[in-house]
Amino acid sequence: MPDNPEPNHDEPSNSRSAILERSAEPDAPARTASRLAVAAGDELEGSGVRFSGVTKRFGDLTVLDQLDMEVAPGEKMVIIGPSGSGKTTILRVLMTLERPEAGTVEVGGEQLYHEERNGQLVKASEKHVRQVRRKISMVFQHFNLFPHMTALDNVSFGPRKVLGLSKDEANERAARLLEVVGLGDKFGEHPARLSGGQKQRVAIARALAMEPEVMLFDEVTSALDPELVGEVLNVLRDLAENTTMTMLLVTHEMGFAREIGDRVVMFDGGRVVEQGPPTQIFGDPQEQRTRDFLRAVLDRE
Amino acid sequence: MDLTYEWDWEYAWEILPDLLDGLWITIQATFFGIILAMILGLAFAILRRSEVRAISWPTAWVIEFIRSTPLLVQLFMLFYVLPHYGIRIDAFTTGVLALGIHYATYTSEVYRSGIEGVPRGQWEASTALNLSTMTTWSRVILPQAIPVVIPSLGNYLVAMFKEVPLLAFITVFDVLGEGKAACTRNFQCVEPYTLVGVLFLIVSIPSSILVRQLEVRLARQP
Ligand SMILES: Nc1ncnc2c1ncn2[C@@H]1O[C@H](COP(=O)(O)OP(=O)(O)O)[C@@H](O)[C@H]1O
Ligand SMILES: [Mg+2]
Repeated sequence: MPDNPEPNHDEPSNSRSAILERSAEPDAPARTASRLAVAAGDELEGSGVRFSGVTKRFGDLTVLDQLDMEVAPGEKMVIIGPSGSGKTTILRVLMTLERPEAGTVEVGGEQLYHEERNGQLVKASEKHVRQVRRKISMVFQHFNLFPHMTALDNVSFGPRKVLGLSKDEANERAARLLEVVGLGDKFGEHPARLSGGQKQRVAIARALAMEPEVMLFDEVTSALDPELVGEVLNVLRDLAENTTMTMLLVTHEMGFAREIGDRVVMFDGGRVVEQGPPTQIFGDPQEQRTRDFLRAVLDRE
Repeated sequence: MDLTYEWDWEYAWEILPDLLDGLWITIQATFFGIILAMILGLAFAILRRSEVRAISWPTAWVIEFIRSTPLLVQLFMLFYVLPHYGIRIDAFTTGVLALGIHYATYTSEVYRSGIEGVPRGQWEASTALNLSTMTTWSRVILPQAIPVVIPSLGNYLVAMFKEVPLLAFITVFDVLGEGKAACTRNFQCVEPYTLVGVLFLIVSIPSSILVRQLEVRLARQP
């Protein structure tokens, strides 16, 4: 567990756009090998995330039980664990798709569900939530692309409507991102005409277009045919290795987790069972539940 | 008993202009009525889904009230009651209002099913992109919900068209009203009612076919 990293918040957030502009020029600095990283804005610090005492219930079922968890800025954290253990719920709470019953969530040093008023922490206004949520993007297991829009519009829509880019600017950004995820020839296609792997790459481009500081990936290859998993993992690997974005990934791809994770968190029953660097969790797990889970997953493969 | 009836062409020809005037009223009332029903119904459907109870509850209540009283009652209420409160609108407008409000409760139900048919993931993707509520509705949810409900809305258009004669109760004489007037004026009723029936057919059959074709076209889309 990294020791309490101070989230870097001094970066003016508009410098990201400058990077996006620059990457279009042929003489862009060859500092990085990854065009994807450049297009996504590789020079910015990701934000840290902190869950404190987060409890989430569905009726009688307590899915997250006073969860304390911290993610360092720029960290690539992989979450593993059996089905139903609450992995998706963690990401959904962070994306504000589920509101926790108790606890606080901090993103880049800012409270997500609360705000300070007269020195007291009170429930945040919708406006505040919206403003903090700007830092976060999510890629879903089932893509959730907008079926009535082309691939290009899917990606450019958010920048236009939320970040206030002009149509041309947004289309340019979308085109660049689709290019680097290998979909340069699919701009005009509707999602129905794309393969699962292509859809998920559009979804990743769409999330990246919002210039997030924290990106959430919820089993993004689980709904794909086996032969299409690789093309999506390649994009994720590129992002993980070449950007400073904070990434939380829920995955059952253990080989991939080992390869790109800075830290692996083993989850069960809404609690962290064990965590550490991939070499430790996969090579020398301390907890019986971790060993059982890994054995079950590896047997299946 | 002689069952043959001498069809009086001259008489039919004479009353046709009045009937056509009536038909024009019917068409206009239907046109404005369905537009009102489509707009108001959409508003009902959206308000009813509001997370704010103070909005969704009264909306549901109003819809329930309108749906469980006959159109004729609403027609009378608007026509005779509104003037008591100093609201004076002409009979035709009153009729259109009643039709629109009454049918809005049906169209709101149609919209509701269309909206519920949009997968939850679409709402979630909209949140993840930080879209405003307004943008989510207008650019993500409704563009997916409305095309699938257009045929059902079309069916209500045809249904409303057939209910316009009720407006005669508030002195708006549509095609049936004109037919009835001709009948009582001349004591000769076969021609006017036959013509009224034919005129209704001439309008509603092509409309039904159009709605059906629209349905097929929309079903073929991805
Ligand atoms: N909206 C919901 N309503 C009721 N129960 C839910 C809901 N979402 C998740 N759950 C339950 O919460 C538990 C954790 O779910 P989830 O976070 O999706 O687990 P995981 O992603 O680890 O498989 C499961 O038992 C699931 O059935
Ligand atoms: Mg899950």
